[in-house]
Amino acid sequence: MAITGGEYGKMAKKASPPTNKVKNGCFAFLIGGLICSFGEGLGMIYEGIGLNADEVKLMIPVTLVVIAAILTALGVFDNIACYAGAGTIVPITGFANSIVSPAMEYQSEGRILGTGANMFKIAGPVLVYGTAAAVIYGVVYYILNM
Amino acid sequence: MPVRQGRYTMMLPSAPGIAGYAAVVGKKEGEGPLGKEFDYIYEDAMAGEKSWEKAESVIHRDAVSRAISKAGITPQDADVIFAGDLLNQCMGTTFGVRELGIPFAGLYGACSTMSLSLAAAAVCVDSRIAEIAVASTSSHFCSAEKQFRMPLEYGGQRTPTAQWTATAAGSVVVTKAESKARIEKILIGRIQDYGIKDPNNMGAAMAPAACRTIADFLADTNTSPDDYDMILTGDLGSVGSQLLCELMIKQENIDIGSVHEDCGLLLYDMTNQKDVGAGGSGCGCSGAVLCSSILKKIENGDLKKVLFVGTGALLSSVSPLQSETIPGIAHAVLISGG
Repeated sequence: MAITGGEYGKMAKKASPPTNKVKNGCFAFLIGGLICSFGEGLGMIYEGIGLNADEVKLMIPVTLVVIAAILTALGVFDNIACYAGAGTIVPITGFANSIVSPAMEYQSEGRILGTGANMFKIAGPVLVYGTAAAVIYGVVYYILNM
Repeated sequence: MPVRQGRYTMMLPSAPGIAGYAAVVGKKEGEGPLGKEFDYIYEDAMAGEKSWEKAESVIHRDAVSRAISKAGITPQDADVIFAGDLLNQCMGTTFGVRELGIPFAGLYGACSTMSLSLAAAAVCVDSRIAEIAVASTSSHFCSAEKQFRMPLEYGGQRTPTAQWTATAAGSVVVTKAESKARIEKILIGRIQDYGIKDPNNMGAAMAPAACRTIADFLADTNTSPDDYDMILTGDLGSVGSQLLCELMIKQENIDIGSVHEDCGLLLYDMTNQKDVGAGGSGCGCSGAVLCSSILKKIENGDLKKVLFVGTGALLSSVSPLQSETIPGIAHAVLISGG
């Protein structure tokens, strides 16, 4: 008896172990929350040393990006992220990792066509559509305030 | 001369012998249950080179060189080498074998390359086109991830159905001389596509091809699974192996459960090794398992008849992005010993 595509799809789904969403969700919540709390702590420290509100808002993401980039370079970030999942990808730490990891990977193809050309391979879409969304938002905001 | 048996099977009346074989692997594979069976374990994933691709070439060449020297010949004696890997333009293979000076035919059969190259080598020897033919393949976890998935240090999560591409290479030297392990029959498989689209579930994509090839082979040769000591699939992993056994029963009414083994499940310790997911994959997975413990067991007489069915998922790094489904392929090689 020949199995049809649809029937096989059901068989394959049944045979494939599902992703543990509850466990992944809990880890993402805990580690993502920890990163955010750490960001809050950084904010307090920066306020404490006398930076103004705008400078604090700038320094928190800069610090998190630098830490994530260093952890990626040391080969530690992916070991945390395999448990944290969205917990490390969604905060700005994921953005840093998505740029540093291809930059490292493509070193063997040279600085220009390797690292330079591939650095934004993963983060590129975020930048393209993030910028586009910002432009649209800006135009709408401008029209509403005319 | 090869003779066709049934619709798809080719009998090789001279039963070309396996004169030498070798398998070299990476650290993770060396830590698996077959660790002691391999010829060499590379602790350094870079194999002393500056890129993953160059490292793959090194391990590929090493496997070929070791198989050739174990066969008691030199590269100059070999008449042809059939070889391939997973990388674009078979880069790992080409740069690995370029210094050997053996007439070279590059093959792409995805993870089925060990069986495809072995079948090609055996046909060449049986038809007396070559006296000595070499078959080899390799894969490297890092070069495969780079080409097909994400950068190594990217912080993503692996799905449970994903398989771990083996860092490994296997090589076999086939000759017309008498040998304890002989290649009696081969079958070049037909592409099967049952509509699986998930590149992280390649076991499911390849299982229908393995089913088709095994069923064709059994029908052509008028044999049943009981006639074999082992039906060894390439890299279906846990998901694909389960689906193969189900498909064989539902579609073909044949139960292979008692003799079926899968290289992807033999290479790693499935419970204790981290991140192996549904099992091993990659050309080197079936290459290294066949060219170590399986051929040793055939030579020792522990296994007398093994139907080796290398399985491959013929996707490219572009095809899933174009919403293509994943075509599967499987080629069979009947190896007998004793």
